[in-house]
Amino acid sequence: MASSGSGYDLSSSTFSPDGRIFQIEYAAKAVENAGTALGLRCRDGVVLAVEKPLQNKMLVAKTTGRRIHTVDEHAGVAMTGFVSDGRQIVNRAREEASSYNETYGTKIPPTTLAARLSAYVHYFTLHGALRPFGASTLVAAYDPATKKHSLHMVEPSGVSYEYFGAAAGRGRQPARTEMEKLAINPKTAGGAGSTTTEGTDSLITVADGVKQLAKIIHSLHDEAKDKPFELEMSWLSEGTGWKHAGVPRDVIKEAVEWAKKEIEEAEEESDEDDDEMEE
Amino acid sequence: LPAQSTHADALTASNQATTRPITTGTSVLGIKYRDGVMLAADTLCSYGSLAKYKNARRLLGVNSNTLIGASGEYSDLQSISDLLKANALEDRCTADSLYDEDNNEECAGEVWSYLRAVMYQRRSKMNPLWNDVVVAGFRQETDGRTSDSPFLGVVDKIGTAYEDDVLATGFGGYIALPLMREKFRPDMEEGEARALLEDCLRILFYRDCRALNRVQIAKVTKEGGVLVSDPYELDTYWDFKGFVLNKGELGTDGGW
Repeated sequence: MASSGSGYDLSSSTFSPDGRIFQIEYAAKAVENAGTALGLRCRDGVVLAVEKPLQNKMLVAKTTGRRIHTVDEHAGVAMTGFVSDGRQIVNRAREEASSYNETYGTKIPPTTLAARLSAYVHYFTLHGALRPFGASTLVAAYDPATKKHSLHMVEPSGVSYEYFGAAAGRGRQPARTEMEKLAINPKTAGGAGSTTTEGTDSLITVADGVKQLAKIIHSLHDEAKDKPFELEMSWLSEGTGWKHAGVPRDVIKEAVEWAKKEIEEAEEESDEDDDEMEE
Repeated sequence: LPAQSTHADALTASNQATTRPITTGTSVLGIKYRDGVMLAADTLCSYGSLAKYKNARRLLGVNSNTLIGASGEYSDLQSISDLLKANALEDRCTADSLYDEDNNEECAGEVWSYLRAVMYQRRSKMNPLWNDVVVAGFRQETDGRTSDSPFLGVVDKIGTAYEDDVLATGFGGYIALPLMREKFRPDMEEGEARALLEDCLRILFYRDCRALNRVQIAKVTKEGGVLVSDPYELDTYWDFKGFVLNKGELGTDGGW
């Protein structure tokens, strides 16, 4: 584990001698221990998925404790970490989007929304009297002006980057490994040396994206160790008219069935390999 | 008391109440028919006696099942439309479910009640939104289902809310409403209702000095939601002997 704060970790307005702000790192830890949130930019849209661990058997699981929220018609946000902190970021995103629309008469561009949230989250890392947000937010949005869809992730430190595939929470390391194998990067999807425009045709679609994310979340989930969970998914695509909406429940159901079958088949193959090795 | 910011010095106060409308729209007509509700209005915004904006939209959808139309000050209509659209968007974002089918959108009856509250509040501050707003759509049953029976209501600048099967604002109240009331039947076909409204708009163009023959028709139906037509011109007939011939040729006393 990293060196203990030993006195430099009491306030987010204090640097440590080796140039770190421990409070921000601790905030990131809160996210690392929480349910996995994934985002995927596909050819024709963006898909968001969140693993919602069910703390209590008596929760009305399907509808309560939502992790994915609509921020504007053309933008949706998924969060993980301290969900109450995440809610504040979502509320701020709604305010930013509506005030931008009122002032400029157009929908807030995705990069602007991410930048505004970034600035907001960062502000809380500057004051001794405030604590950083313990939540990461994935922002999926469409820009009607440039006709481009994009995915951004804002972290507790206040940094935000644009991603082809983003992961936060418990299973982010294995999730990233799996996502890298998918055809989401235009440069690599079309073969080596292809330009961004050449590569887009071979990128996966949101329909595939939904299945792949369902598979990743289910494969990361350990039946024995982890709590039972609800899978929340949303998308923003050509098919939805570029409006942020929940992935229809029957589509999620099909994706989960496909995912479970794929995972089973992969396990059988590796079992067979093990048997072969023993002989 | 004049409507000013409460703590401002009377000499330096910059806020003033609305005293008169500047850019105005004339009549809006509304009628219920078999499939829903239909509204009609011309696309003119007058600047006093100048026919300044001849392609203005006075019939607007505010959510997927509610239509509004207004006469009076055009900037106030734009403000009301922005307010109602922002409400609809906020409702959609903050709804309990990510799935549209689970959520209850504000129905026309609720928009009408909300507008009444807004208009009355503004009038009580002696700073009204200078409009007569017509709201069209459907009501909601107590269990949240969209009612089968259509809704048509109006709210005026002093906050009077009134609902009926047939409505008209402004000049339309004098000229079109009697004709519409005469012809109204709850099971009118769409074509009938539209022909009636077009006829009334044509007569309004003949008689209302601030009207235009470039018009829009809009409807709300249960299946189709809100539909606003593109503006189009109405044919008008001016070949009356009294207009074409000079006074001496009319066979009367030749006078004024």
